[in-house]
Amino acid sequence: MTTLTEAAEAEHADPAVPRFYRVVSRREDTYDTVTMELAAQADPLPLFAPGQFSMLTAFGIGEVPISLSGLGSSGGDGGGPAALRLQHTVRAVGAVTRSLCAVRPGQLIGVRGPFGTGWDLASAIGHDLLIIAGGIGLAPLRPVLLAALEDRSRYGRLVLLVGARSPADLLYPDELEAWRERGVEVAVTVDRPGEGWQGNVGVVTSLLEPAAPGANQTTAFICGPEIMMRYAAQALIALEVPTQRIQVSLERTMRCGAGWCGHCQLGPLLLCRDGPVVTYDRASELMRIREL
Amino acid sequence: MTAQMQTRVAAHPFLAALAPPQRELLAEDAWPVLFAAGERVFAEGAAAERFWLIETGSVALDIWVPGRGQQTVETLSAGTVLGWSWLYPPHRWHFGAQARDDVEAIAFDAAAVRRRCEADPAFGYAILRCFTPVIIERLQATRLRMLDLYASPDEAADTDARRAESPQSEGTR
Amino acid sequence: MQQGSNPGVVTVCAPEPVVIGVDALPALFSALRAWGYTVVGPTVRDGAIVLSELESAAELPYGWGVETEAGQYRVRRRSDTAAFGHSAGPQSWKNFLHPPRARMWSADRTADAVTVSGAGEQPRYALLGVRPCDVRAIGVLDRVLSHGQHADAVYSGRRDGAFVIAVECTEPGATCFCASMGCGPDAQSGYDLALTELVDGDDHRFVARSGTEAGARLLAQLPQRPADDATVHKAQAAVKRAATEMGRAMPEVDLPRLMTESRESPHWDDVASRCLTCGNCTMVCPTCFCTATEDVTDLTGDHAERWSVWDSCFSLDFTGMHGGEVRVSGQSRYRQWISHKLGTWHEQFGSSGCVGCGRCIVWCPVGIDITQEAAALAALRPPSVLDAAGGETADAEAVGIKED
Repeated sequence: MTTLTEAAEAEHADPAVPRFYRVVSRREDTYDTVTMELAAQADPLPLFAPGQFSMLTAFGIGEVPISLSGLGSSGGDGGGPAALRLQHTVRAVGAVTRSLCAVRPGQLIGVRGPFGTGWDLASAIGHDLLIIAGGIGLAPLRPVLLAALEDRSRYGRLVLLVGARSPADLLYPDELEAWRERGVEVAVTVDRPGEGWQGNVGVVTSLLEPAAPGANQTTAFICGPEIMMRYAAQALIALEVPTQRIQVSLERTMRCGAGWCGHCQLGPLLLCRDGPVVTYDRASELMRIREL
Repeated sequence: MTAQMQTRVAAHPFLAALAPPQRELLAEDAWPVLFAAGERVFAEGAAAERFWLIETGSVALDIWVPGRGQQTVETLSAGTVLGWSWLYPPHRWHFGAQARDDVEAIAFDAAAVRRRCEADPAFGYAILRCFTPVIIERLQATRLRMLDLYASPDEAADTDARRAESPQSEGTR
Repeated sequence: MQQGSNPGVVTVCAPEPVVIGVDALPALFSALRAWGYTVVGPTVRDGAIVLSELESAAELPYGWGVETEAGQYRVRRRSDTAAFGHSAGPQSWKNFLHPPRARMWSADRTADAVTVSGAGEQPRYALLGVRPCDVRAIGVLDRVLSHGQHADAVYSGRRDGAFVIAVECTEPGATCFCASMGCGPDAQSGYDLALTELVDGDDHRFVARSGTEAGARLLAQLPQRPADDATVHKAQAAVKRAATEMGRAMPEVDLPRLMTESRESPHWDDVASRCLTCGNCTMVCPTCFCTATEDVTDLTGDHAERWSVWDSCFSLDFTGMHGGEVRVSGQSRYRQWISHKLGTWHEQFGSSGCVGCGRCIVWCPVGIDITQEAAALAALRPPSVLDAAGGETADAEAVGIKED
């Protein structure tokens, strides 16, 4: 016979069932993007690694995959092996994300996870870490940069290249400055400079040459629109960075996050399981084939 | 002066594909320049009589748009070349250029370089082999920017009604 | 405690086969129902042999067979009274183990909390008359939905509670090709009980062998006699003969490699000119598992549920992302289906996704035949690739992207 306790435990472990986290803070990053910090209630999820993602549920509306953008003020350290706090940066592009962006502190959001592969930061130990972000692609890269800063001495140069549509679309501008002060070589470029923009104008790959990554000592993490990632990876290959030292974060539709729904296939990869972070030696051919 | 100029020309990555004798020839038409932050390097429509290799600092390419003012179209950093309107007639600048910070550069006498190219097609071809990759790269970068990849799907140029409102249409970033 | 079969556990006993008469089937039903199972098996309805919850053995399709061809399915009267003398119908066992609609959870919201309850207890089915190809298909689904990093609660609950009675195949259909997929016509594992049906006039009987402890206990409750050598040999010969009578065969090539190398084949245009992208093949396929989710609420907005519903890689919005779909063309959607089924499934889940049941051929409204499409792709492989079979041709190009 199945006891009530066993049933409760089985339910507890069911990865399809969201746990409800309370919104403890909400910040409007741009006109369409919000960063929220979530706090576990009764039973926190397992600890997330930078690069992994959650499935976030807006009650009664639906669910979307959203990458972790931070472990939050009391996450990671001291929190034990559980995700007590989670930060997510959400861009309003549809019904569910619009609803998520509209949450207020105190409200509850369903969370499932952690799902997928993380950035392989261990592979960058002893190397320069080059992070290339396009648009909201900076969000999934933020926790890995923070993790590298926590353990600064294990890496060579920390270089962050950011491309944004316009100055108004730029994520985390205050933090970019703070990271610069902590020794990260930060360069930002925009496609459309507005009034008063004094910074770079052009594609993010135009920041590569001035950054001068060393071919043999660089590990690169790239996240952004797929075309941007391909061009950034090709620019790195032209600088003789080996393809297996380039990691990209890929995106396809996801319904379950757990490997059951079949939506996130990219050739042999189930991106919820084998991705989203994939080394470019595996990804390049799959990204090349149209409509794969 | 010439020896020092030759060292600087040889050190610049833009000319890495040139043979040493070709670089030495080119250095004869070169001289060092400094631009202070905010100084105009050249103005849109003016005669294109020079080009520059940027050694330090960066330069903004700009254009005056009536009603919108001075618009920066692209910024160029150390290690690249500034100016190619001198290569072909009418030898006039299509955009303007302004130093964004203090710039050290090597300036070249465009007419003199053109004369060398015409007199020595092998030299001319070598020079074009330095310029064309940069031109291609900037063309590709421009095309990518035209795609407006970071745009919200609502704003993307050819979003159609079918895709406008669907819970399927959301993702991790 | 459950009497389910576990494909991960190797049966230690080597059970002696026994013979049970057709008149033992009511006892089989009684025993299963006494154990708490709902029996699911074949029956004739609406001009087809469908899978349905059965009250009694009398509902089995005695004396019915089927005729199949690409895009065709007809029931026909048999000259004998065989209960399992038919090949695959429009449904498969996934309809019961991985239902078309299933509630994943429900939740109630109060002012300060949300209470969630999961999928809950699942029905316990005894699956009667599972063809060896379909036994293999259940094993395929096990790897996808139960044995990965995360287990699907609905499927795993139903699967763990299921009792599988396989019936070996002695009369394959014109669209069957399980032998060439290595998935039949004999049942090798993955069942609690395996039967082989023999009909000689009025002598209608089954050679039965158990595959699990639970199967042995069930068998012990049925009227039976020891199987004599002649009967066992007759049953084995019938199954062996069936292997030679398959109406179709998958070409003998390295299918995963063929699919990888055919990604840019001109043949996709040809298939797409016929394919309606209706998704029938994915609905009838015993291993197609893709689902979408639907969130619903009641009128108060404080009670919400999430339902899992079958989806198909042939539907346009299957790959919908912000901004648009990835697989827009019919070419790419058919390519995804067949490449996944025969190719990338191996990398993802360690086996082929195709078991050779032939349903996709039968139920395709335009008669597209997976074996013929695979053969056409194989025929179009450039000779250099054929020469280099087993060598290393594809890797050299996979490194860089060259484009304008």
